[in-house]
Amino acid sequence: MQGISKKRRINIAILKSLMLVATITVLALVVFLIVYVFVKGFPNISWELLSTKPSYTNGTIGILPDILNTLYIVFATLIIVLPLGVGAAIYLSEYAKKKRIVRIIEYAAETLAGIPSIIYGLVGLLFFVQFLGLRKSLIAGALTLVIMNLPTIMRTTQESLKTVPQAVRDGAFSLGAGKWRVIRTVVLPGCVDGICTGCILTVGRIVGESAALLFTAGLAHSINGFVTALSSPGATLTVALYFYAKEWGEFGVAFAIAAILMILTMLINLAATFIQKYFERRRQL
Amino acid sequence: MKKVISLIASIALLATTITGCGSSQKSVSTDGSTSMEKVIGVLSEAYSKQTGITVTYNPTGSSAGIKAVQDGSCDIGLSSRNLKQAEIDAGLQATILAYDGIAIIVNPQNTVSDLTITQIADIYTENIKNWSEVGGSNTEIVKIGREAGSGTRDGFETITGTSDKCLYRQELASTGDVIATVAGNPNAIGYASYASIKDTVKALSVNQVAPSETTIKSGTYEIQRPFVLVTKKDQKLSNEAQKFFDYMTSSNAKNLIAAAGVVAAN
Amino acid sequence: MKKKKIFEDIIHGIFLIIGLITVGCVLLITIYLIVSGIPAIRQIGLFNFLFGQKWDSTASEPSFGILPFILTSIYGTAGAILLGVPLGLFCAIYLAKCASKRFKIVLETLVSLMAGIPSVIYGLVGMLVLVPAIRNIFHLADGASLLAAIIVLAIMILPSIIKQAITALAAVPKEYEAASLALGATPIETYFRVSLPASKSGIAAAVVLGVGRAIGEAMAVMMVAGNVANMPSLFQSVRFLTTAVASEMSYSSGLQQQALFSIALVLFLFIMLINATLNFFLKRERKN
Repeated sequence: MQGISKKRRINIAILKSLMLVATITVLALVVFLIVYVFVKGFPNISWELLSTKPSYTNGTIGILPDILNTLYIVFATLIIVLPLGVGAAIYLSEYAKKKRIVRIIEYAAETLAGIPSIIYGLVGLLFFVQFLGLRKSLIAGALTLVIMNLPTIMRTTQESLKTVPQAVRDGAFSLGAGKWRVIRTVVLPGCVDGICTGCILTVGRIVGESAALLFTAGLAHSINGFVTALSSPGATLTVALYFYAKEWGEFGVAFAIAAILMILTMLINLAATFIQKYFERRRQL
Repeated sequence: MKKVISLIASIALLATTITGCGSSQKSVSTDGSTSMEKVIGVLSEAYSKQTGITVTYNPTGSSAGIKAVQDGSCDIGLSSRNLKQAEIDAGLQATILAYDGIAIIVNPQNTVSDLTITQIADIYTENIKNWSEVGGSNTEIVKIGREAGSGTRDGFETITGTSDKCLYRQELASTGDVIATVAGNPNAIGYASYASIKDTVKALSVNQVAPSETTIKSGTYEIQRPFVLVTKKDQKLSNEAQKFFDYMTSSNAKNLIAAAGVVAAN
Repeated sequence: MKKKKIFEDIIHGIFLIIGLITVGCVLLITIYLIVSGIPAIRQIGLFNFLFGQKWDSTASEPSFGILPFILTSIYGTAGAILLGVPLGLFCAIYLAKCASKRFKIVLETLVSLMAGIPSVIYGLVGMLVLVPAIRNIFHLADGASLLAAIIVLAIMILPSIIKQAITALAAVPKEYEAASLALGATPIETYFRVSLPASKSGIAAAVVLGVGRAIGEAMAVMMVAGNVANMPSLFQSVRFLTTAVASEMSYSSGLQQQALFSIALVLFLFIMLINATLNFFLKRERKN
C-alpha cells in the first residue's frame, strides 16, 4: 500500500465501504424477510391446517386442497410443457438449418420470458377460459403456465444439448443410424440434466405464481381427484395465501402458508444445485 | 398445414372432453360476488353434507355473476347489489337472500365512536379533513376505500350519497387489505363487510346505531346492502339447482346464514 | 430406404411444429391483446386515453385517462432501478471478487431464495412493516405511497441483478485483471476500473432485466402503493399500469373492462420495447 496517493487511498476506502454496506444491507434484508415470515408463520402451522379442508360451518381453515391443487397443476403443466419445450430445443439444435427460423423461434422464446405474469393471466382468461370454454379451472391455469414456462425448459435443454459432443452424434450417424434414432439414443439421454434443471425451475415458478393463476384457475378449496380437479376451479398454495390474506384478513394462516412456501423454495433451490453438481461430476467421469 | 389443423382439432377435442365431464356431474354451479363467499360457503357445505350434491362457487364479482346467469354458464348468480333496470329488462329475477351491514371502521386507538351519515359523506368528500372536527384528536383523516366496481364500494357510496365524489387516500382491492390498513394506521377510516370485521379494528355506530344482527335486520343500521340470488325469470332451474335454491331460502338455512355473519332476509 | 426417408421427414415435421408453437404463443398473446385492446382506445380516442389525466372508470360520466398510470410505472421503475442497481452492483462486486468462498456460497443461496419468494409475500410484509414505517419516519398521515412501492420493487429486483452481475463479472478474462494489478493498481481499483467496465454489456443486461421485472410486477405493488389514480408524487398514493389492470379486473364490465385490456396492451408495448433493448445488450455481450 505504499506509494499510493492520499486521494487514491480515500477513493479505495469509499469504494470498499460502499461494497460492505451494500452487502450487509442485502444480507440484512434477506435475513429479515426469512426470519419475519418464519416467526409469524410457524406458530400457525399445525397438523390440522395441513391435513384438512376449510370448513365454513366450523370456521376452520385447512390447506390440504391447496396443497393437492398445487401438485396437480405442477404435474399437468410439466406433462404438457416438457415435450413441447424439449422438442423445440431439439428442433433448434438438431434440425433447424435456416438461420432465419432459429432466430425467429429464439426471439419468440425471449419475448415470452419477458412478459409479466399479469398479462399471461389476462390472455389465459381470454383464450383458455373464455374462447376455448374451459372456464376457470386448473387445466386453464396449467395451459397458461405452459406458455409461461416454455422458454425456461427450452433454454435449459438447449444449454445441455450444447454439451453433447458433436463427435458422439457423428459416430452414431456413421454406424448408419437415422437421425431420429440418433436423437433418441444419443442426444436425448445427453440432455437429461438440462431437462431436470428446467423442471425444477418450472416447479419453482409455478409454486410462486399468483397473478396468472388468479384469473385462470380461480379459487376453490375442495378436495378432488386428478381428473375432476383439472376441470374445476382450484387455488394453489400461493393463490390461497393471497386469498386468505386479502379476502379474509387471516394473516396468521397467510404467513403459515408463506413459511411453507419458503421451505419449498429452499428445497427446490437445493435440489437444483444438487442436480447440477451430480451431473457435472458424472460428466467429468 | 394439415398437421397444424389436426393438432388444433385434437387440442379442441381434449378441451371439450375435459369440460364435458365437468358438466355431466350432478352439481349446482354458482357464480358471482366475492362478498358472498362466506355465506355461500356455509350453505353449500351444509347442503352437500346433507344431500351429496356438490355446489361449485366461482368468485368472479357481482356483474360477472349476473352475466353468467344470462348466458347460461351457471345456474344461480350471486350479486351483492340490487339488479339494475337493464338487467331486469333482460329477463332476470332477483331474490334477496340476506342483508349485509357495511361497517364503518376506524383504528381502536381512535376516540371517535359515532358518526352521522352526513359526517361520513363529508369526510369522504373532504368537507371534513381532520378528526378534531368530529370530536377526535387533531390529525388528518386518512380515507380508505375499495376499488371501482366493488359491490361494497357501490353500496357504501350509494347509501351515503357520495357516488363518484369520494376522494380516497387508498383504494384497496379487498376486505382484508382494508381491515389490515385501518388496523395499522390510527388516522384511518374505512368500510368493510360487517361479517368480516375483526377485533383489530373498531366498528363505529352510525346515527347512534351500532351495527348488529338486529339493527341490520330492522334496517335501523342504515349502511347495508342486499345479498341477491339471480335467476332467469322465464326459465326453470334444473332439479338440483331448484332444490338448492329452496334450501337456501328456507327458514332452516337461517342459522347457517347467521353463522356467516349476515342476516337472513326471511 | 424410401420408407425410412418418409419416416424421418415426418419426425422432422413434428419437431418443426413443436418449435413453432413458441412463435404461435407470442402471436396468440399479441393478437389477443391488440384485438381486445383496440376497441376501447378507439372509443375513448388514443390521445384522451394516453394523455388523459383522469381515470374514473365507474362514474356516471366515466373518464379513461391513463397518463397517471404510465408516469407512475415509469417513475416507480426508475426509482427502483436507482435504489436497487447500485445496491445490487456493489454487493455483486463484493461477492464476485472479495468475499470468501464460503460467505459467497451462503449469500448466493440466500439471494436465490429471495428470488423464489412469491411476490404476494413481499406485498404482505411491505403492507405490515414498510407502510407503517414510512408513515412514522416521514410523519405522514398514511404510508402507502410511491416510495413504498419503489422500495418493495427495488428489493424484488435485487436477486436478478446480483445474479446476472456476478455472472457478467465472472466472465471477465483473468488477463485483464492481472495486467491491471501488474501495472500497480490495487485490487479494488482493478475491480471498479477494469472488471466493471469490461462487463458493462452484461451489467446493462442485468439492469434492463430489472426494469422488465419492476414494470411487470403487480401483486406486491398493489398492496403497498395505495392504488389511487393520482399523478405520481413520492408520498402520494399511486396506481401502476399493472395494478390498474389487476385491481379492477375482477369486477369490471363493458367499456371499463375493455379499457383495462387497452392498459394491458400499453404495458405489453412497454415490455416489448424493454425486451428489444435487452436483446441488443445481450447480443453485444455475445459478440465481445
